[in-house]
Amino acid sequence: MTSVEHNLQTPELAPARPVLDQDWRRIARFGAIGALALIFISLTDMPDKLDGRMIVEPLLSMGYFSLLWVPFLFGNLVTREVVLEGMVAHRKGVRELLAGALVGLLSSLGLVVLIYLLDTRDLSEPLVNWNSDLHTVLTFGEGNGYGMGFWIAVCVGLGLLGGLFHLLPRLVVQPLKAASIVVLGAVVLESALNDLSEGFGLESLFESLFKKGSDRGGLSVTGALVLAAFGFAWVFVLNAQVAKGKQVFQQAKERNRSATMTVSSVVGVALVLILPMYLGRLTNDLLVNVGLFLLLALGLNIVVGLAGILDLGYVAFFAVGGYTAAILTSPSSPGFSPELSWSVAIIAVVGMAILAGLFIGAPVIRMRGDYLAIVTLGFGEIIRLTVRSDWASGVTGGAQGILNIPNADVFGLFSFKGTDPQQMLYLVAAFCALAIYVSWRLENSRIGRAWMAVREDESVAEAMGINTVNAKLQAFVVGAILASFSGAIFAAKVGSVFEISFKILISIVILVVVIVGGMGRIAGVIAGALVLIGILGGPNQPGLLSEFSEFKLLIYGALLVWMMLQRPEGLIPNVRRSRELHQDEFLQDAWLRKQVDEDEAGGEGEVAPA
Amino acid sequence: MSERLLTIDNLSVTFGGLHALRNLNFHVDRGEIVSVIGPNGAGKTTFFNMISGMVTPTEGDIRFKDQSLIGLDPNQVTARGIARTFQNVRLFANMTILENVMVSQHCRTRQGIFGALFHTRSFKREEEEIRAYGEEVLSFFGSRLVGYRLHQPASVLSYANRRRLEIARAMATRPEVILLDEPVAGMNPKESEELTGLIGKLRDDWGFTIVMIEHDMGVVRDVSDRVVVLDHGETIAQGSYDEVSTNPDVIEAYLGRPAEEAS
Amino acid sequence: MTSAMRHKAAPRTGVDWFLFFLRGLLLGLVTVGLGAFVLQQIDPANPVTEWLNPGASRLSWDAAQGLIVSGLSQGAMYGLIALGYSMVYGVLGFINFAHGEVFMVGAMTGMITANKLDHGGLWESNFVLAILIAVAVSVVCSTLTAVVMERVAYRPLRGAPRLIPLITSIGVSFFIQNTSAVLLGPGAKNYPRLPEGLSDRIGIGPLEIEGKKLLVLVVAAASMSALWYLVERTKTGKAMRAVAEDKEIASLMGIDVDRTIVTTFAVGGAMAGVAGILWGILFGSVTEFTGFLPGIKAFSAAVVGGIGNLGGAMAGGLTLGSSESLAPQLILEPLGVTGHTQLKDAVAFLVLIFVLLVRPTGLFGERLSSEDRT
Repeated sequence: MTSVEHNLQTPELAPARPVLDQDWRRIARFGAIGALALIFISLTDMPDKLDGRMIVEPLLSMGYFSLLWVPFLFGNLVTREVVLEGMVAHRKGVRELLAGALVGLLSSLGLVVLIYLLDTRDLSEPLVNWNSDLHTVLTFGEGNGYGMGFWIAVCVGLGLLGGLFHLLPRLVVQPLKAASIVVLGAVVLESALNDLSEGFGLESLFESLFKKGSDRGGLSVTGALVLAAFGFAWVFVLNAQVAKGKQVFQQAKERNRSATMTVSSVVGVALVLILPMYLGRLTNDLLVNVGLFLLLALGLNIVVGLAGILDLGYVAFFAVGGYTAAILTSPSSPGFSPELSWSVAIIAVVGMAILAGLFIGAPVIRMRGDYLAIVTLGFGEIIRLTVRSDWASGVTGGAQGILNIPNADVFGLFSFKGTDPQQMLYLVAAFCALAIYVSWRLENSRIGRAWMAVREDESVAEAMGINTVNAKLQAFVVGAILASFSGAIFAAKVGSVFEISFKILISIVILVVVIVGGMGRIAGVIAGALVLIGILGGPNQPGLLSEFSEFKLLIYGALLVWMMLQRPEGLIPNVRRSRELHQDEFLQDAWLRKQVDEDEAGGEGEVAPA
Repeated sequence: MSERLLTIDNLSVTFGGLHALRNLNFHVDRGEIVSVIGPNGAGKTTFFNMISGMVTPTEGDIRFKDQSLIGLDPNQVTARGIARTFQNVRLFANMTILENVMVSQHCRTRQGIFGALFHTRSFKREEEEIRAYGEEVLSFFGSRLVGYRLHQPASVLSYANRRRLEIARAMATRPEVILLDEPVAGMNPKESEELTGLIGKLRDDWGFTIVMIEHDMGVVRDVSDRVVVLDHGETIAQGSYDEVSTNPDVIEAYLGRPAEEAS
Repeated sequence: MTSAMRHKAAPRTGVDWFLFFLRGLLLGLVTVGLGAFVLQQIDPANPVTEWLNPGASRLSWDAAQGLIVSGLSQGAMYGLIALGYSMVYGVLGFINFAHGEVFMVGAMTGMITANKLDHGGLWESNFVLAILIAVAVSVVCSTLTAVVMERVAYRPLRGAPRLIPLITSIGVSFFIQNTSAVLLGPGAKNYPRLPEGLSDRIGIGPLEIEGKKLLVLVVAAASMSALWYLVERTKTGKAMRAVAEDKEIASLMGIDVDRTIVTTFAVGGAMAGVAGILWGILFGSVTEFTGFLPGIKAFSAAVVGGIGNLGGAMAGGLTLGSSESLAPQLILEPLGVTGHTQLKDAVAFLVLIFVLLVRPTGLFGERLSSEDRT
């Protein structure tokens, strides 16, 4: 709490530093990293491949955007100072602008060298993207001199702009940020917005913002300006309203608050019920994938986020759910084929998930955390390899998998057609709601507290009377059940199961979703699933930015590392975890407040009540 | 004579040939405050670890109300009615203060997944009960750990308050015996004086029996009914504070420091 | 510390019973399988074999020694990779999940160099020089990868909760894998053809070994000896051991802890680079996923041998390599498991689980600092 407040208070500023009082080594380092980043991004071929998706037609494509953010960000970061208690903060000035511009200049040299080399050498032997297309994209087909000049000018300009951001008052920076978020958000959501506008008959609105007849998508110039204006307005008008509303909400009595909660959840449910009808097929299908991964992520969140068990073989339970449902419902499952209805099969799925959770959980539960990670991964692979093998093919179909899985039939009342995304969305949303409810209720209960205690310090938890083995097994089993639901829905949706759908890759992607969203926090996991799976897509499922499919796993890996280094608490952090992870800042606060605290404690000590 | 609660019978433990404790014999009666003292490395914390089930003794027996504790897991020992604190304060730092005392009532409660999912009446009653008892335990230390503090994470507490919360957490397990491992270590004289008084209250008002490891001889003198002195894993003296503090073996073990402090 | 001491003789809880049962089941499976194998070797027409595995035939010595040799050469590579896991775990106390990718980088850069040399004609005219150049390049690249990885991803996380660097290393692994796929293109890439002589068989005692497998074993043994000399006999090695024991005390004794950790990563990376090029020679091709499974198996090897124990890592690698090569033939096939070679990878993981259940400190004992033992 206090650390945030301290940061918000503008401390007394010392006069700006002289222009030439620079940390030259830092500038050189940031410039070098920037140059390397630009070369790397170019060689991944993002500028070329993403050129097919426009941000603002005809000004800016995602391909160029993939390069342009680099000089801006590094130009900004090079002079960023974390203002801590007791440090002297300097007024920002020309010094920051110079540093930013220099970093921009150094970064641009990366592209200059690359353009030159692309023209003179042929390195296409190991580097598959080393070709004239890349050269054309980087030089706009106007020759080396033009391209090099362009990039030097633009990078210096953007670096300068990055430095300028330090100088601008908050009142300007915030609306600018909001405007760019709104514009980029609209571009990312383009196809979904298109879908939505068709559903509600608002095509004209959509067409007024987005460029008509462009096969590369993108906003029109006026559309971008309108949205940016909307972003500005948001900050000035709506932000104040939202803050006010929050305040009112917080001040409201407990009873009123729960009433508000009820109202908002009713609104949420209504939205989930109505929205799919107006969304198109593609968007609905995308949301079904988001839901399947959300279900998995909520389960893993219980295991990793609450109980602190890093389970890397989590996909095994997804497989157990998928295969159990497939074997029990499909008429063409080899060997055992009872052709049950889906709703009956789901009961067996839960049973199998419990068994699998216990079977995998029991041997690993007493191992050290990192051994446990590897052994669960091993179990995941053992299950997948066994399912694929000829030996088990009598039941699982081996590499041929199981086909002809019928629709998800619920006690003969409803039948959710696997090929109809709208129906599947209702099914998956119902299970996600169940999972959210379960996570929420368990977190605030005796079991949830025991999980957290185990996560915090296992041997102390044991000494405080918690049977840690049982607590961890329970977490494992609850996580397994949620994953198996996802598997059973997946089987019904796709209509077939193959072992390749259950690779370790899935475990890792789910882990990324949980971590990017914020470990141990339900809202965070939902946000993580929507942003990652919805926008970038799952391992085999396309997202809104389908152009990114080639790069999404690369981005996932980079995100995971970056998250761990910069924001271990995730997008929407769990308040408690962020405390643990930013302990340094807290110790500092604690040190500052120690005096006060001790005085207060001493004062009360004299009148110690019974 | 009052009821015999804890009997340590010929207890020994060896770690790879090293005798951490050798032939330890003593007992604790209900309502006593017993201090275990001794130089660093005398095996005091190992002794606590053995009672609480974290280390299994090589030989001998620990009996609590005439039942052996050997082979029980730490959580079962706690369930029988023995709670402990740790020398190097080990709170659940990212759980709130209230949650810290609620979670340690785990072995006194029964609600499972079903109750939590459906918020059954018995679930609500139990939650209410443990919350109330938790707050009661916390208010033992005055207003420091209650009020707005209840919902703050334990990591924001000052050092002294963390020590207090550890004791509250041990109390919350509803034990008969509390093992305090250096309860006043790192506290200033004023705080440790206050805590000394509270240790007395723990017995007088709450009826806990207390076994305490302590280096601060002032505290030991003020509260202990009996003192056990360990050195190199063996008992070298037992008895009242005055008897022990004049014992030549003890003086030797401590290089004469306790006698000076006592005077 | 406490977990080792709390080992209790008799099972008491349900979990204890389950583990007791599981250990028994695995042991029983191994015994029955081996027994059936012996019966099958004596007489394939005996009633037990007819019932379990009808149509079985004896395993010839020729086939058996082929399995042993490929198991050992594969195991030697696991051992070389395992050294990196083991050393980093010893020093920093976390699993560097991305170490398998360091190995992959070695195999990739080796492939690129070898192909360049092949175009230039050196590969054919002077194979020894060419392979030495390729080894040098892949060792340098792997070492650089490992060092940069440490600097960028792990150094900022010193002292963070234990799972944080582990999760980070998963991210790093993912990133390197996909970087390779995007920059170099996905899919398998081939090494140039080896000279004829390397595929010939050379007789050593009762064994006949293919030249390239012998090469793998010799290089692995040489690298291992060099590493042993470095760790046990040099000042750097002493510093590494001291840092593994206690970082704080080591720094008080005037050891530059950061530099020692970088050295550890570098040495581990170099070993992985050697293993990478050996992989290329043995299997002839490499993909962006080459590092993943061997990496995990190498970590298993490190655990099987006792983590932090360098000799153990090598022994663990050989154990794991030969069991995954032999067990399907010796245990699964006599039990009548069809397609038993498909379960080779599963066997490797089962060995890991089995060792951790029976001897959590590994076959040769782990060497860790006291804080990492809990």
